[in-house]
Amino acid sequence: MDALIPPLLNGTAQGALLLLAALGLSLTFGQMGVINMAHGEFLMAGAFVAYLTQLVIPNSDISIPIALPLAFIVAGLLGLILEVSIIQWMYRRPLDTLLVTVGVSLILQQLALQIFPAQGVPVEKPSWLDGQLVVLGYAWPMRQVFTIVLAAVCVAALAAWLKYTNFGRRIRATVQNRDLAETVGIATRNVDRVTFFVGSGLAGVAGVAASLIGGTNSQMGTQYIIPAFLVVVAGGIGQIKGAIVAAWAIGVSLAFFADWTTGSLAQVLVFVLVVVFLQIRPQGLFTVRTRGLA
Amino acid sequence: MTKLKPWLSLIGIGVFALLLLVVAPNVLSMHWIGNLGKYVCYAIVAVGIGLAWGRGGMLVMGQGVFFGLGAYAMAMHLTLETAGPDRIPTFMILYDPLAPIPAFWEPFRSEAFTLLAIILLPAIVASVLGIALFKRRVKGAYFAILTQALAVALATFVSSTIRETGGDTGLSDFKYFFGYVLDDDRNKVMVYLIAAALLVLCLMVVWQLNRSRFGELLLATRDAEERVRFLGYDPANIKLVAFVVAAIMASIGGAMFVPIVGIITPQEIGASASILMIAGVALGGRASLFGPALGAMAIGFGQSTLASSWPSGWIYVLGLVFILVTLFLPKGLASLVTRVKDILPTSRAQKGLST
Repeated sequence: MDALIPPLLNGTAQGALLLLAALGLSLTFGQMGVINMAHGEFLMAGAFVAYLTQLVIPNSDISIPIALPLAFIVAGLLGLILEVSIIQWMYRRPLDTLLVTVGVSLILQQLALQIFPAQGVPVEKPSWLDGQLVVLGYAWPMRQVFTIVLAAVCVAALAAWLKYTNFGRRIRATVQNRDLAETVGIATRNVDRVTFFVGSGLAGVAGVAASLIGGTNSQMGTQYIIPAFLVVVAGGIGQIKGAIVAAWAIGVSLAFFADWTTGSLAQVLVFVLVVVFLQIRPQGLFTVRTRGLA
Repeated sequence: MTKLKPWLSLIGIGVFALLLLVVAPNVLSMHWIGNLGKYVCYAIVAVGIGLAWGRGGMLVMGQGVFFGLGAYAMAMHLTLETAGPDRIPTFMILYDPLAPIPAFWEPFRSEAFTLLAIILLPAIVASVLGIALFKRRVKGAYFAILTQALAVALATFVSSTIRETGGDTGLSDFKYFFGYVLDDDRNKVMVYLIAAALLVLCLMVVWQLNRSRFGELLLATRDAEERVRFLGYDPANIKLVAFVVAAIMASIGGAMFVPIVGIITPQEIGASASILMIAGVALGGRASLFGPALGAMAIGFGQSTLASSWPSGWIYVLGLVFILVTLFLPKGLASLVTRVKDILPTSRAQKGLST
């Protein structure tokens, strides 16, 4: 048992961070079909917002709670600018959105490298994250617990927003049938913009969480983007519940493989695991049944 | 004119071969021959990407994997050759003087095995991955993301195995290339000529594939996969062939990269290197024959000239290339040529009618 609990809890926290990073992707990729490779850089922007907030408010106990909504807005605005300037011209060419956003991500990385020190910036942990929570005899660091709570809150808020609010209904209507949605008077262009804003904003929130766990530097986006996409691929397009299960599974298997072998071999093994999993469920965990051929 | 048209590409390949194999070695300085050799290696990779992505619609974002397989196979052989028979490479002794050489290095002492491995390793890896994905109809963005994930995983793996593969510092300091001393200008030109000849060969292979029945099926699969399936073909097999050919070409490019550049590190095979390989193909025109090769050479040239004099600017230029080409020239610079052609033949056709 002793060998199982630490990687399980560690992996759950890792999965929660992955889920936070993947949540916005599953919204923009799943609901809108846009493959946003700059999502990782929006996450990075969130982490730098956490750092900048700390420069203004040195007390990290207060600055982190303030940074969370700020990061959401900053990353969301970045996403909105991207949508209005570039993405809106290419909704019919999904693979091309991937190429365009690769370019955007390169430029954002280089900008961050020139604005901030190359070795990265320190983000102070708030003191209320110092302690540990004892679970089954294992001391679980509070910042891991915090990531999980944050992920849970974001998932609940997003799911409730999509399900119960008027705007959420409009998003789902647009996804299911854009033409019909327009016919009943939904401004689908507005829906696109807001969806992209929220999806990108969630990356910013993930960035604040990431800044408390790992380093904050210009390269951090590249570290999260591929695992986050794997979560979306394995979870199934546009399925929040799929993303939750997939993120947890990938996080926990990463932790276990890393425990048994090495951290780098774990990445290879998880990749193999995802490919093998796609043999069983090529469309991901949960699929939306459509009558289309593709 | 109409009779000449199918052979126009072949004439183009001939002119290209003449420029690379005859003109360049006589005109360029040694410094530029080395640089051109490096661009040629990227161009070999790009020709394969053009086949898989431009013709087959599979966005291969992880060609660094196959580039790396070829490069490391070659680098291991050259390292062993430099160390001498039955000796352990110096970098391994540095980390652990007593441990034996890892078992998977041993066969790379043989020249024949190395050459075989450069072709077979990528073919096997690409086949396994291709069968797994294409048979289950994983495509589009899913496929692109998965190939990129593989590149990331392999690069991280290589950088963490310091004693087995040299880790982040990679493999370098090769003295011999199949018996030839590498530090000799005449041998350097020879290595360059081999790479250039391989590029011409790859172009001819793709030219032949494109005009064959297979090429037509590949195009059909790209544009309407379901219709191809309904006609009784298995699109998975068609895509698999293109993917494997592209992988082998990437591996050849990687293998020639090692003696020309003299070093291989995980950085050259990771995510950003793979993206760089895509950039040239997108710029040149992914579906055309010469577009990928010329685009890759242009990107390589841009990288080695701009990146040294203005490193931050180069990344911005690269980013802008991605954005502008995708927005305004989705078929790359090659589409400009066809656009000009579209204007010209109208006048020529009218002339033809009047005579």
